Amino acid sequence: MSVKKKFKGLSDKAVAWLFIGPSVFLLLAINIYPLIYAIRMSFTNFYANKIGREPQFVGLKNYIKVLNKEAIWEKMQVTANFMFWTLLLQAVIGLGLALLLNRKFKGNELLTTLIVLPMMLSPAVVGVFWTYLYNPQVGLFNYVINFFHDFGSFDMIGSSVLAPWSIVIVDTWMWTPFTMLICLAGLRSVPNYLYEAAEVDRASKWQQFIYITLPSVLPFLLLALLFRGIENFKMFDMVVELTSGGPGSATELASINLKREAFEKWKTGYSSAFAVILFVTIFGFGNVYVKVMNKIKER
Amino acid sequence: MDTSRSYLEPSSFSKKLAATIIIVYAVVTLIPISWMVMTSFKNVNSAISYPPEVFFEPSLEGYVNLFTNRSRQSKEYLDSLPPPDNWYEELVRSREMVITGPSKFLGRYSNSMIIGFGSTFASVFLGALAAYAFSRFKVPLKDDLLFFILSTRMFPPIAVAVPIFIMYRKLGLGDTHLGMIILYTVVNLSLAVWLLKGFMDEIPREYEEAAMIDGYSRLQAFFKVVLPQAMTGIAATAIFCMIFSWNEYAFAVLLTQFNAQTAPPFIPTIIGEGGLDWPAIGAGTTLFLLPVMIFTIILRKHLLRGITFGAVRK
Repeated sequence: MSVKKKFKGLSDKAVAWLFIGPSVFLLLAINIYPLIYAIRMSFTNFYANKIGREPQFVGLKNYIKVLNKEAIWEKMQVTANFMFWTLLLQAVIGLGLALLLNRKFKGNELLTTLIVLPMMLSPAVVGVFWTYLYNPQVGLFNYVINFFHDFGSFDMIGSSVLAPWSIVIVDTWMWTPFTMLICLAGLRSVPNYLYEAAEVDRASKWQQFIYITLPSVLPFLLLALLFRGIENFKMFDMVVELTSGGPGSATELASINLKREAFEKWKTGYSSAFAVILFVTIFGFGNVYVKVMNKIKER
Repeated sequence: MDTSRSYLEPSSFSKKLAATIIIVYAVVTLIPISWMVMTSFKNVNSAISYPPEVFFEPSLEGYVNLFTNRSRQSKEYLDSLPPPDNWYEELVRSREMVITGPSKFLGRYSNSMIIGFGSTFASVFLGALAAYAFSRFKVPLKDDLLFFILSTRMFPPIAVAVPIFIMYRKLGLGDTHLGMIILYTVVNLSLAVWLLKGFMDEIPREYEEAAMIDGYSRLQAFFKVVLPQAMTGIAATAIFCMIFSWNEYAFAVLLTQFNAQTAPPFIPTIIGEGGLDWPAIGAGTTLFLLPVMIFTIILRKHLLRGITFGAVRK
């Protein structure tokens, strides 16, 4: 009997599992298994560079150590600060650009594509070339700033006051198009008749914006910020290449610290506990956020 | 008061104002990228001149430095050599150096290609199968499974990097192309499944039902009717997967060193004499970013869908 014939007998249920099976298997093997492995290691004093040494079960010791370490709370603060400013700037500028682009002027599509370019680039490579732009002696960024107002020589990456802003600027440059695109979709989803009805009722442009435009865009903006929030909580590549967490630990975000503990100090047990804490945090915040977002959407 | 104009047709003044602001923003936002491309065509000296040079004599030194390893030689030694047989040899000699061999860049770039294409193919293929099943069949716990697939994307890569590192060491997959292809396939799978499910939901079921009445099996109907219909969606998804693999850095820097290292961890390590060789880094960056920029322009209609995992479809 031909292969064709045999497949014809295959039930839809069999096909469904045949189709889903490989993906689920791969996700279990390469994503879930390592995660469980990490959770298991977080209860031991395992060091991944010491092969042959039997790791011992230490209970919650690693978790207590992480949570009691003052430095960890500093990293969390650096991360929170980074997230606050990037999300705020990207929300405001992104929404502003979307409102402008929604005026549907000529060449609008081409300009949208051009504006979007930065977000498609490799964050690590972006980090590298911004170190050149920020160079205190020859950097274009410093030149342009000094062109408008002479601050003398300043070092965006080397100064512990400016370095946190240097990563905020690059992240905002890169990802504002993301919120912009999503807000634009929100603006385009507003049905015309709402504005027409408002015009009939003689609502001012400002009232139309507050009562029609903003509520329709809000769910979209919140969705964009959810994506950005998750990404920036995990932020690693761009910042590693730009400041590598420095100077000192002024820009050492949680995941950069995690990398140092896990791959430089090889404290596998300890860093696994830290990773689990980060994961629970992001999941917890994410869930609460989604609940709030859905409430707003329902209104 | 002028009420004849609908909101959707703003006044021509407000349109002009909006266009002006957007054009200014676009120009400013493209300056860093253009600056890097310009730097790639400068010579080492003009790249570090202050004030920064906007007009300069173009040079291919950056590209030559990117692709070669060089060593400094004494004047006597250089004079004793036969005349250079090509322009790049001549360029390097003018800096009192000789080419000692090709650099690692080409190898890293082709690693990026191999791993990018391999993982893109695998994740789109597996993703298309799963997406079809989720789109057409009653799968038990469907929503939970779909959410599970999405949630794997939330893991910070560093959190699972250590276990994967240990696992790969045991399996002999550490620093191999296959290992990286499998890893990127899995990371991209969530995106592929979610995006492709959206595209397949839009294909009417009647098409394949008609084909099955004509005697096609379910599998034949999938491969011969649904897949060709979903081609645009598949292409868009593939480009998104490709861009992710192409740009990925965290796993690459932690799990590869020599054999399977991709370009993103390599580009920052390009060093010249006495500091970073900015034209060479510019050249590497330009060559690396070029494909993504072309892809972005091809993708522009599907961008929104891709970046939101299909949540926003326009």
